Amino acid sequence: MSKLTDLTITEALAGLDAKKFSAVEIAEAHVKAMGSDAARGMNAYITETPELAMKQAKEADARRAAGKAGAMDGIPIAIKDLYCTKGVRTTAASKILDNFTPTYESTVTQKLLDSGCVTLGKANLDEFAMGSSTISSAFNPTISPWSGAEPAKAARKLVPGGSSGGSSAVVAARIAMAATATDTGGSIRQPAGFTGTVGIKPTYGRCSRWGIIAYASSLDQAGPITRSVSDAALMLKVMAGFDDKDSTSVDMPVPDFSAAIGQSVKGMRIGIPREYRIDGINAEVNAAWDRGAQMLRDAGAEVVEVSLPHTKYALPVYYIIAPAEASSNLARYDGVRFGKRVMGEGLNGMYENTRGAGFGKEVQRRILMGTYVLSAGYYDAYYLKAQKVRRRIRNDFEEAFKNCDAILTPTAPSTAFAIGEKQDDPIAMYLEDVFTVTLNLAGLPGIAVPVGLAQNGLPLGLQLIGKAFDEMTLFKAASALEKAAGFTAKPAFVA
Amino acid sequence: MSIDPKTVSRIAHLSRLKIPEAEQAAIAGELSKILDWVAQLNEVDVTGIEPLANVNDMAMRRRADIVNDGDKVKDILANAPAHTANFFTVPKVVE
Repeated sequence: MSKLTDLTITEALAGLDAKKFSAVEIAEAHVKAMGSDAARGMNAYITETPELAMKQAKEADARRAAGKAGAMDGIPIAIKDLYCTKGVRTTAASKILDNFTPTYESTVTQKLLDSGCVTLGKANLDEFAMGSSTISSAFNPTISPWSGAEPAKAARKLVPGGSSGGSSAVVAARIAMAATATDTGGSIRQPAGFTGTVGIKPTYGRCSRWGIIAYASSLDQAGPITRSVSDAALMLKVMAGFDDKDSTSVDMPVPDFSAAIGQSVKGMRIGIPREYRIDGINAEVNAAWDRGAQMLRDAGAEVVEVSLPHTKYALPVYYIIAPAEASSNLARYDGVRFGKRVMGEGLNGMYENTRGAGFGKEVQRRILMGTYVLSAGYYDAYYLKAQKVRRRIRNDFEEAFKNCDAILTPTAPSTAFAIGEKQDDPIAMYLEDVFTVTLNLAGLPGIAVPVGLAQNGLPLGLQLIGKAFDEMTLFKAASALEKAAGFTAKPAFVA
Repeated sequence: MSIDPKTVSRIAHLSRLKIPEAEQAAIAGELSKILDWVAQLNEVDVTGIEPLANVNDMAMRRRADIVNDGDKVKDILANAPAHTANFFTVPKVVE
């Protein structure tokens, strides 16, 4: 039997049903793995909750024995520390919330708890999910398990991507079977690509945002990071669904995503957007993209060229809209009702000192940018203009989808970079999201699947983009790609 | 340069962020660089295009006008940096 930490969700559920092992045994294996020096050296968890996990695992075993097991009963997962968890500290990786313990549970984590999940802890991220590396966490960067057998001692400490870098790192390193993540411009798919894991951002409105700390509300979506496409289908089914508490949640039935796994892609039309051939993209990334297209062709799909003419404007649009929404969302951190307070002269002095001391550099930069583009005299030139170009970007996809069922692109422009690289120039870091950010602007679903290793030994991922609310087609194509690629590589460090 | 240190000081105050004067010039440079980069949006013709705020083009859902939550004073005050009885407390506002 393989190690309990190495099982996929699907394998673990089968083993639990067959009484090969118990949820307590699975939880023990993960808690032990999480506490090893090498695992702690990754700095992937901000808060570990081993006692809670063991208690939940006991309850999971009791439910299964009583024939009342839920869809993910006994599965140990990590929770991105952007989801509010009742009674468990929730920081958004910011100093301003370093002592915040929610008195309520986010809708998505409640659904996971109701399905029987065991929660190992709160995973690290870029502060307020603003970043592509997990370097901007106020609780220090997460180091990718791909860096070396002891990630903290590696000469080149690689990033696990971001913002959901703690989530991708723990799943890749086998110290959680899966993890929740969120995606505003690529924060599920890029970290999945960097760590050889699977990540799906569903259609905007599919998962409730209630209780997830807001970054840019018109772009934020929840989703899972897992080690297989079928695990992603299973977990997304649990996470998704209408919620009265989120006014942008969509009241539509959630299909059985798992039914799409392994289905034939014969006759499916896969679009290749010509504008995604960008100068300066790693040649191996382009080669993996071509191989991925060939794999789908070999599986019976038809590959067609499509055009998304406004692609190059997606990042500039994002860096107006996301900071604008962030500057509004982050106004609530004022040192009055929750979070840090730093006294100053009068009320304004307290606000300014609190926010000046509580927010990190990148968060401050985005608040300033957002305030500027929304301020009198600039609103039309920047914000309104960006919203108009945003519609053109969405219209591009509508046109492209008249001629195809899904679109194949790379996940990120390169393999994982190291801590210290790309940090001098914010725009260089922003370019990490060049292939992913368009979907958030258009509200479309996208899934990242690992397809191979580059010559430097690091994972390469491809992204499939679907029509709104057509995750079924995505899962179908992603499982075909997964099967053809046969990605089995593991990071240098696994628990 | 699109933004000068004086503008940084103004938007920092609008944002209620304390930015030390010594850092304002550097931040002005960074923000200007980003603004110069986003200026490429001026190339795009948006004549007749409606701004997109909600990707699903949904009308805002309404709920019944009934109380469905509340009476959670203890929960609401649980994370307050300072409170007295059932009130948040702040520095003196009115002299």
